[in-house]
Amino acid sequence: MKRSQETNALILIGIIGLVTLFGVPLTLDLYSVISLTTAVSLAILALSLGLIWGFGGILCFGQTVFFGIGGYAYAIAALNLGGSAIAIIVAVLVAAAAAVFLGYFMFYGRLSDVYLAVITLTVTLILYSVIRRTSGPEYKIGIAKIGGFNGINVPPINYPWDVNKFLYPEDFFYVAMVALLVTYFLCVWLTKTHFGRVSESIRENEVRTELLGYDVRIYKLCMFTIGGAIAGLAGTMFANSIGRITPDVFNLYNAALTIIWVIIGGRGTLIGPVLGALIFFYITSLLGQQNVVNINLFLGLVLIIFVLVVPKGIVPSLVQIWVRRRSRRLTTHSARRMRRRGRSRVTEVAVEE
Amino acid sequence: MDLFASLGLQIIYGIANLVLISIGLAVIFGMMRVINLAHGEFLMLGGYTVIVSTNNGVNIWVAMFILAPLIVGIIGLIVEWTLIRFLYGRMVDTLLATWGLSLFFIGLITTIFGAQTETTIAPPFGPIFIGEYSSSGYELFLIVITILLVILLYLLLRYTKLGLLARGTMQSAEMAAALGISTQRIYSTTFGIGAALSGFAGGLLAPVTGVLPTIGAVYIGKAFITVISGGTAILAGTSSASFLLGGINGIVSFVVGPTMGEVALLLFAIVLLRLMPRGITGHFFKRSL
Amino acid sequence: MVLETRALSMHFGGVVAVDRVDFSLRENELRCLIGPNGAGKSTFFKCLSAQLRPTAGDVVIRDFNVTESETHQVARMGVGIKTQVPNVFDGLDVEENIWLSASQSTSIKRARVITSEVIERLQLGSVRKAQLGALAHGQRQLVELGMVLAGEPWLVILDEPTAGMTQDEVVRTAEIIQEINKSATMIVVEHDMQFIRMIAQKVTVFHQGRILIEGDMDEVSSDERVREVYLGHRRPQ
Repeated sequence: MKRSQETNALILIGIIGLVTLFGVPLTLDLYSVISLTTAVSLAILALSLGLIWGFGGILCFGQTVFFGIGGYAYAIAALNLGGSAIAIIVAVLVAAAAAVFLGYFMFYGRLSDVYLAVITLTVTLILYSVIRRTSGPEYKIGIAKIGGFNGINVPPINYPWDVNKFLYPEDFFYVAMVALLVTYFLCVWLTKTHFGRVSESIRENEVRTELLGYDVRIYKLCMFTIGGAIAGLAGTMFANSIGRITPDVFNLYNAALTIIWVIIGGRGTLIGPVLGALIFFYITSLLGQQNVVNINLFLGLVLIIFVLVVPKGIVPSLVQIWVRRRSRRLTTHSARRMRRRGRSRVTEVAVEE
Repeated sequence: MDLFASLGLQIIYGIANLVLISIGLAVIFGMMRVINLAHGEFLMLGGYTVIVSTNNGVNIWVAMFILAPLIVGIIGLIVEWTLIRFLYGRMVDTLLATWGLSLFFIGLITTIFGAQTETTIAPPFGPIFIGEYSSSGYELFLIVITILLVILLYLLLRYTKLGLLARGTMQSAEMAAALGISTQRIYSTTFGIGAALSGFAGGLLAPVTGVLPTIGAVYIGKAFITVISGGTAILAGTSSASFLLGGINGIVSFVVGPTMGEVALLLFAIVLLRLMPRGITGHFFKRSL
Repeated sequence: MVLETRALSMHFGGVVAVDRVDFSLRENELRCLIGPNGAGKSTFFKCLSAQLRPTAGDVVIRDFNVTESETHQVARMGVGIKTQVPNVFDGLDVEENIWLSASQSTSIKRARVITSEVIERLQLGSVRKAQLGALAHGQRQLVELGMVLAGEPWLVILDEPTAGMTQDEVVRTAEIIQEINKSATMIVVEHDMQFIRMIAQKVTVFHQGRILIEGDMDEVSSDERVREVYLGHRRPQ
């Protein structure tokens, strides 16, 4: 995609984002707004994996680790400290710290690909297993009981400047949507920095990146930490939209979903996973309300079909089709012009393709 | 003394359990480097085969030793033929596609049998008594079966033509092909055998665990980790990893509790992988079966 | 002494790939490493680039003992490395590939300048926006050479730089290598004898993990042992 086309696409995304931001609370009913808020938080989670996997080449099967840690840390901090804004910051930092710890362990041990996937999956399973069994009153941090499989009820979110004033669900939608938009554009910017370019080269060929003199371990660690922080942020938004955080966030199903969003939406783009999550959320809500087709059956088939037929995902495939059609049109048009004006343009067009 | 015997039996059963649930996955991984995330569902299908057929009058031994491996083996062949063979070499895509397959099977069984447990069946052996402690006779039976199974597989790999072809293909598929061996046929057969082994294991374990459409999730984590920790040698890898991980699980479970036992197993596996990224048999016992 | 190895050994289980090799390289030399398949040249190369950690012995680059170092540390010292199998970024275009190399060692602005220079020098202008994955093998090797150059190295080690190249590309590569040699010390591991003749000053012959003989091209090619090792001729009794 040429640079100008890309800028146009980004502007379009920005406009749609702003329209959604202001339009949704005005046009949709309360239930839909709350539903959409949850969808937005999942989209941020998808974005985090889209960044580290699509651009960094880090296949993390357990992005839910940081999502859940973010959610839990938020709940615990909010209950103990009272202020939501500071709780969000604490939660993101805790999730990032967890990512540093796990990432250091894996990348400095030069673990790759499949083994990385296994370990991160294992960690999310461990967390699911352990936290589920913390039902007793003795399991608590500060005044917050961890609550086992029932989870923690999250206190209502309040304003940063006035902890006694609470946000309505519609107001919280603004917060979540702004978080999504800001995080998205920050990620886009990140991929254009030197750091982003090197991370991309690591994805393409780790050996060569290292041969050029880059310490790939630290680049992967930083990318992984950023992904963990974003997933943690998503967790805080999620906890607020649902009103509680339970160990289910760590389970195998949700870990799988995160991967599915990125595959379906398109690995290698940032908007793809976001759209993938939103579309999927919509479809699964619809399916959840009916009994004809079992949801697992459906998800399984979708995943299989996508891997076999559309391995790049929706967005990149659409982009490819669009780009191809445009250049074909260009060639036929230019060819006719060429025939009328002489043959000197042939090489130029060939190179432009 | 009796306590030790009873405890020892518990721990050995834990190890045998890990071997049983992992061996099918190990065969497939060892041969084709395919990580089949639908493995848990193969176990689940074996369990359903046994329970449904037994509840409908079939003799339990026939169900366990013949029906379960046969049916799941055939399912495995179909899966290989329609899905896996297009994805060889694409490790990540295989992971994802088999994950999809796993969801598919769960959905399918839920649709057919409903989300609740089928009526379970009682284990065919009663308790045995070691002094004051009663242990499950069935567990002892499973230990014996597991040992026999490992021996049988060893003999198969070492002394039969199929075993030799399999070992050759595992070491160098290109060379095997150059010698005229149809590697595709070896892969298909291996996948079928791996599935059959999983079905067999799932059927054997059905009286112990019962079956739910989602029971595969219980198995997949541990099986996955055991196979990766073991490395690519099918028997040596699975045995050594099961021994270590099962042992840790058993001991910690006894000292602290079953939850911590599980956690200990998972944590130990992570450390093991960090120290030996290619699994145990990637670093030790490299030439073993 | 730009590079030295002392009693360098590399064992893989029971196989001794490199056997107590003492090697030294002077400033501005262009040294060729040759030898039959399995002689240990590439393994030796990987010990120099820190892609393998030697079982025993030392690798010293400009008085720094790099035996225990990581590859990126060696590269950062100013060593340009080109591996036997082309290691390039297939999903990125030629310009991006070279830019990534340049930007590692200098500022972003200067990196752009270097990238343009390298592309011009190697006559890659017509494919500068082409995806690496779509280029022919010989061109990819050339781009990889460009990546090595873009790092402005003072020591360049190349493992079979002409593998898969057409005759024209081989000649061009020989010219490029001789030009690089004006500002950098070089080690070239190669098979193609014609190519070696185009560029060789001093030649080191490897055989079964050890250095068989070192000398200039004439000395080496007239040596009986070298003939035997390469061609399997037996001395008439």
